[in-house]
Amino acid sequence: MRSVLIWAAVAVALVVPIVAAAASPLLAWREPIYVAAGFAGVVALGLLLLQPLLAGGYLPGVRMRLGRQLHAWVGTGLVFAVVVHVAALWLTSPPDVVDALLLSSPTPFSAWGVVAMWAVFATALLAALRGRLRLRLFVWRVCHISLAVVIVVGSVVHAILIDGTMELVSKLVLSALVLAAVAKVVLDLRLLPGLRRMAGRNGR
Amino acid sequence: MTSHTWKARRTLLTAVAATAATGLVTPLRAQGLAPTPTMRGGANNYLAGAPIVQRIGGGGFWMTGTVRRAGDGAPLPRVRIQIWAHTTEGHERDPHSHGATLTDANGVFRLEMPQIVPAFGQAHGHLAYDAAHDENGFETVFLRPVMRSARDTSLNVDFVLRRA
Repeated sequence: MRSVLIWAAVAVALVVPIVAAAASPLLAWREPIYVAAGFAGVVALGLLLLQPLLAGGYLPGVRMRLGRQLHAWVGTGLVFAVVVHVAALWLTSPPDVVDALLLSSPTPFSAWGVVAMWAVFATALLAALRGRLRLRLFVWRVCHISLAVVIVVGSVVHAILIDGTMELVSKLVLSALVLAAVAKVVLDLRLLPGLRRMAGRNGR
Repeated sequence: MTSHTWKARRTLLTAVAATAATGLVTPLRAQGLAPTPTMRGGANNYLAGAPIVQRIGGGGFWMTGTVRRAGDGAPLPRVRIQIWAHTTEGHERDPHSHGATLTDANGVFRLEMPQIVPAFGQAHGHLAYDAAHDENGFETVFLRPVMRSARDTSLNVDFVLRRA
């Protein structure tokens, strides 16, 4: 029963923002490519909720091994969603996207999104090279989690500052859930005590 | 309290009063009126040379403002201002989203256009004074004002232009 509730809650958290955005009056005044750009952003924010849940093994019935595999697939999906988001925005209004990418946009939310985008790409690259880099598990985790925190904070601020197709309440709830899920993973992995120990050893 | 202090206080009060009076008078003289700088992203999706129109599309939203001269703040008549935005009738890049108007004898412009709707995260308009399309000889300025609320049905924008 508990597992059914958890899955239902996750499904609702992912589906409601998409359904609510689909009801946005702004859609009537946008070309299909611009609409696609917006939805790619909404989907990306939803995937950001799945990532910590999979990484932490919080989803009932998903074993750790399967969870890791799904985490990698969802990560690939996230890269894809971000690329679609930016490319479709670029097709809609090239100068606005160029300004955003050069961090010279008049809109304060653009830079947060662009920083999150680069963190997504860096994370994907690091994950792809993980086997070759032969990082110690602890070092890998610190790098991966640091980038994840940048992605999540950047994306949430980006989303909240935007007056777009996302409905406000569903946007705030999804953002809060994403932040909470990431905070739980960070605490559960006990990285901070590990860092403190490492600092202690180096200091001696 | 000595008479000296009293005198000092009276001088101070006079000075304050004088400052207040000047403050009220200054906008009329506006000796140091600074030119409006071009805003970031102001020229985005600009299509130079849009025609002067009575109205952009079906209307319902008012873009208003004034155009004055830097320095003395004199109102500037017959200055061409081009306006474009993402509205209920089209994207910024659509030629039919663009139109231009001229200021009246008091340096005031007023152009009706379709309702502006949020695009790229903000409900905003674009306005240009383009030296290449106006014979008054001022420096080009591109503005990108943001509406206080997406529900507003008008936006007021003031230009202060500097002689080129």
